[in-house]
Amino acid sequence: MSLLAISIPYWGQSLLRVLGVLLVVLLPAGTLVYLFLFKMMSFMQSRLGPMEAGPYGSLQLFAEVGKFIQKEDISPRGADLRIFRMAPYVVVLTVFLIYVAVPFGPDAVFADFEVGVFYVLAVSSISVLGILMAGWASANKYSLMGGLRAAGQLIAYELPMVLAVVGVVIQAETMNMQGIVAAQSEGAIFGIDIIGSPYVITQFLGFMIFMIAIQAELTQTPFDMPIAESELVAGYMTEYSGFRFLLFFIGEFAAAGAFAAVAATLFLGGWALPGAWFDQTEDFMNVVGPLVLLGKLVLLAGIIFWIRFTYPRFREDQLQRFAWKFLIPLALANIMVTAVFKVAF
Amino acid sequence: MTAVTDRDQLRYIAGQAADARVNVELETEGMTLNIGPQHPATHGTLRIVARLDGEQVIWAEPVAGYMHRGYEKLTEVRTFPQVTTLINRIDWLGSFANEVPFILACEKLMDVEAPPRAQYIRTILFELSRIANVSLFLGDLGVQLGALTPVFYAFRDREYVLNLIEGATGGRFHPNFDRIGGLKDDLPAGWIDETKAVMKKMRRFCDEMEELLIGNEIYQARTRGIGVIPSEVALSYGLSGANLRGSGVDWDLRRDQQLPMAWDKCDWKVWTHPDGDVFARVWVRLQETREATKIVDQLVDSMPSGPIMAKVPRIIKVPEGEAWVSTENPLGEMGYYVVSRGDIGPFRVKIRTASFNNISIASWVLRGVYVPDIIAILASLYFILGDIDR
Amino acid sequence: MPKVPGVIKGLGVTLGTMARTVTQGANTVQYPREKEAPPTRARGVIALREENCTVCMLCARSCPDWCIYIEGHKEKAPPRRPGGKPRTVSALDRFDIDYALCMYCGICVEVCPFDALFWSPEYEYSEPRIADLLHDKDKLGEWMETVPEAPDLEVGADKKGKK
Repeated sequence: MSLLAISIPYWGQSLLRVLGVLLVVLLPAGTLVYLFLFKMMSFMQSRLGPMEAGPYGSLQLFAEVGKFIQKEDISPRGADLRIFRMAPYVVVLTVFLIYVAVPFGPDAVFADFEVGVFYVLAVSSISVLGILMAGWASANKYSLMGGLRAAGQLIAYELPMVLAVVGVVIQAETMNMQGIVAAQSEGAIFGIDIIGSPYVITQFLGFMIFMIAIQAELTQTPFDMPIAESELVAGYMTEYSGFRFLLFFIGEFAAAGAFAAVAATLFLGGWALPGAWFDQTEDFMNVVGPLVLLGKLVLLAGIIFWIRFTYPRFREDQLQRFAWKFLIPLALANIMVTAVFKVAF
Repeated sequence: MTAVTDRDQLRYIAGQAADARVNVELETEGMTLNIGPQHPATHGTLRIVARLDGEQVIWAEPVAGYMHRGYEKLTEVRTFPQVTTLINRIDWLGSFANEVPFILACEKLMDVEAPPRAQYIRTILFELSRIANVSLFLGDLGVQLGALTPVFYAFRDREYVLNLIEGATGGRFHPNFDRIGGLKDDLPAGWIDETKAVMKKMRRFCDEMEELLIGNEIYQARTRGIGVIPSEVALSYGLSGANLRGSGVDWDLRRDQQLPMAWDKCDWKVWTHPDGDVFARVWVRLQETREATKIVDQLVDSMPSGPIMAKVPRIIKVPEGEAWVSTENPLGEMGYYVVSRGDIGPFRVKIRTASFNNISIASWVLRGVYVPDIIAILASLYFILGDIDR
Repeated sequence: MPKVPGVIKGLGVTLGTMARTVTQGANTVQYPREKEAPPTRARGVIALREENCTVCMLCARSCPDWCIYIEGHKEKAPPRRPGGKPRTVSALDRFDIDYALCMYCGICVEVCPFDALFWSPEYEYSEPRIADLLHDKDKLGEWMETVPEAPDLEVGADKKGKK
C-alpha cells in the first residue's frame, strides 16, 4: 500500500479489508435511511420525521437497530426453520458481494476484476434466491404470493438491466470497472473534453433503462408488488421480526446504495472527476474519490426514492408487460445505435 | 352453548370450520386466501374469503359482522337525545351526516320544521362532513394502490375541516349537534370567514390530488377498465351514492327529494360518469368534493338570520307513528325508519346504511380479477365497517 | 405545447411540498413541545360548579353511559326571612364523573337546568391507572378555572333565546 509508509502484516490487511467492507456497506445504507426515508419522505409529506433521537433525529437509526436487536426471535410454527433463518443472510450477502467490485479510488478497490461489470450483474441476482427462500419458508400464503411475485419480477427486470449496460461496455471497450471510470474521465464527446465523457449524456437511454430496472430490482414502488404493503401486509417479509427483519431492512437500503454506486460508476464517472481538471491517479484521490462516489450515489438514490414516494404501484402483469414488451426492445435498439456510432466515429 | 340439533345448522357450522381448516393448509390448486379481518387494506374488520387460482380470483365472498355493535337494539332503550349521540358513531367519518336523517324522521313525526337558519347550518355541516369523508377516501385510495404521499395531504387538509366542525360543535368526529327542532347552538363569531378560507384550501387540495394521483399514468393503468359495474347491476344490488353515479345513473337524493334542508337554495351540479369502473367512481367523488365546497360557499353567503331552534318542549316525546327519511350521505343512501309509541325514546329504529348494500356487490364484481384489483375495487366502493355492521 | 405527462406533474407536486416544508415549516405540531390550542367550544372535560347544583339528578339520568354518580342528602336550612317556614335544601355528598366511560356527548351539560356543569377544552388528563379517571367533586371543581367564556355568536344569530 503506497498510501501509508508502514507495512501491515497480511492478517492485518485482511482485517482492515473486512472492516472496510462493513463500513462501505453500512455507511451508505445509514445515510440513505436517514436522508431519504426519514427526512425526504417526511418533507414530501408535510411533516418533519423523527426529531427526538439526537439532533434532528440523526440517531434514529441507532435507536431502531437497538430496538430490533432486543426483540424476541419468533419463527412461525410450520415454517421450514433452516431456510427461514438463512434467507435474510442470503439477501444481505448479495450487497456485500456487489460492493467488492465497485472501485472507490485509483487504488482503493477490494477486487479489481477484469470482467467487473459481468460479475456485478451476475451477483446481483442472488438476492432473488433469498427472497424466494423467505417467501416459501414462511408457511404463510401472503409471503408465498410475495415471494412468487418477486421471482417473476426480478428475473424479468434482470434483462433490461444487463442490456442497458452493454451499451456502456461497447463505448468503454472494456468490462473492467476501473477501465470504465477511466474511459469516462479521460474521454471526450465529439472532441469536447471539459467534463470528460460521462455516459449519462451519450448513453442517456441506457441510463434511463438502467434506473428503471434497478428500481424494479430493489422492489421499490412503482415495482413493489412483492411487498405491496396494502395487500400482502409485508409480502415475503411478513413473518420476520426482530433482528431478521432488521437484516431485510438494512439490506434493502444497502442494496439501494450498492445499485446506485454501480450506476454512478457506469454512467456518472464513479469516483473520478473529469480528467481535464487534474490527473485522476493522484494519491489523494484515494481519499477524495470515495467522497465523490458517495455524493453521486446519494444523488442517484435520491432519484430512486423520490420516485418511490410519489407513484402508485403497477400490477404484476402490467409490470411484466412493461419489461418484456417495452424495455427490452428499447435496450436492444440502444445497443444497435451505440454499435453503429462506435463503428462510424 | 346448547347442543345443535338442527341438521342444516350443523352442516353450516361444519362448513365454516372446514373453511377455517382449509386456510391453514397450503393447497396448490385453488388456494383459499383470507383477506382480513385484520388486514391493512380493508377499512376495518371486513373479511373476504377468496379462492384464487394463482393470482386470479375464482370466487370471493365478503364476511361482515366482526364489528356489530347492536345499534338497533341499543336505540330501543335510549331517549331521543341519547340516540342522537349514539348514531354519530355509525359512519364515524361522515360525522354530522349520520344524525340528520334520524332528526328529520323525528321532526316528520312531530310535525315540526326547523327554522331556515338551522336548515342552512345543517346543510353546511352536512356538506363539510362530506368533504372530510371524501378527502380521506381519496388519500386512502392512494395508499391502497401504493402511493404513500396522497394520504398525508388528505389528512393535512382534512384537519382544517375538522377544526371548523370543532369550532362550531365542540367535537371533531362526533359533533352531536342536531336536535329535534333545530340545532344545539349557533355558530361562533368568525366562523363564516374561516369557512370560506378553508373551502379555498380544499379546492386546492382537489387540484393537488388530481395532479398527483388521478392524472398519473400508472394510476390510470391500475384503475381504468377494472371492476366495471353496469348500471342495471348497480341498481339491482342496491348500490347508492357515488358508486351509482360512477356507473352512469343520474341519482341524487339531495336534488330529488323535498327535505327541509337548504340544497334547493343554491346552484350545484350532479356529476356522473358513464364508465362504471374504479376510475369513474373515484373521479365522481373528486368532483363531488369540489361541488360540496361550492355549495358551502353559496350557503354561507346567503345564510338568513334568525333563531336556530323551533318551539319544542323540554322533554321531547315524539307522538305515535312511523316515519322513513333517507339522505344522500357521503357514503351513499342512509336512512332511518323510526317507530315511535309516544314515549321519550323510540320504540324501534331500523337503520339502512349505504355500505351494507355497497359491499353486497363484492362477490359479483370480484370474479376473475387479480388480487391487486380486489384491493383497488374495494377501495373504490368505499365502505366503512361501522356502516356495514352497525 | 405538448401536455406534460401526469407522472412528471406528480413528481413536481412532491418536490414542491418538500420545498415548502423546508422553507416554511411542516404542517405538524411537535407535541409536547408545542401545543395547539383547541377551539373555545371543544369538549375536553366537564367542570362542576358545586354551589349551583341542587342534586336534581337530571344529568345522571340523561347520560347514555350512566357515568355520573351522584349522592346527596337533604338538610334543614334557616328560613329566608325571619318568621318564615324552615326550608329543606339538598346538599351534594358525591358527584363523580367516570371519564373512562364518558362519551363526551354533552347531554348532561345541556340538560342541567341550574347551569352547574360546563365544558372546558382541557384534554391533558390521562392517567396510568383507569381508576384514577374517576374525577370526584373537588377535581371537577378545579376544572372550573379552565372553563372559557362562551364565544360571541356569528352575525345574524338570534342573541336572545338559547345561551
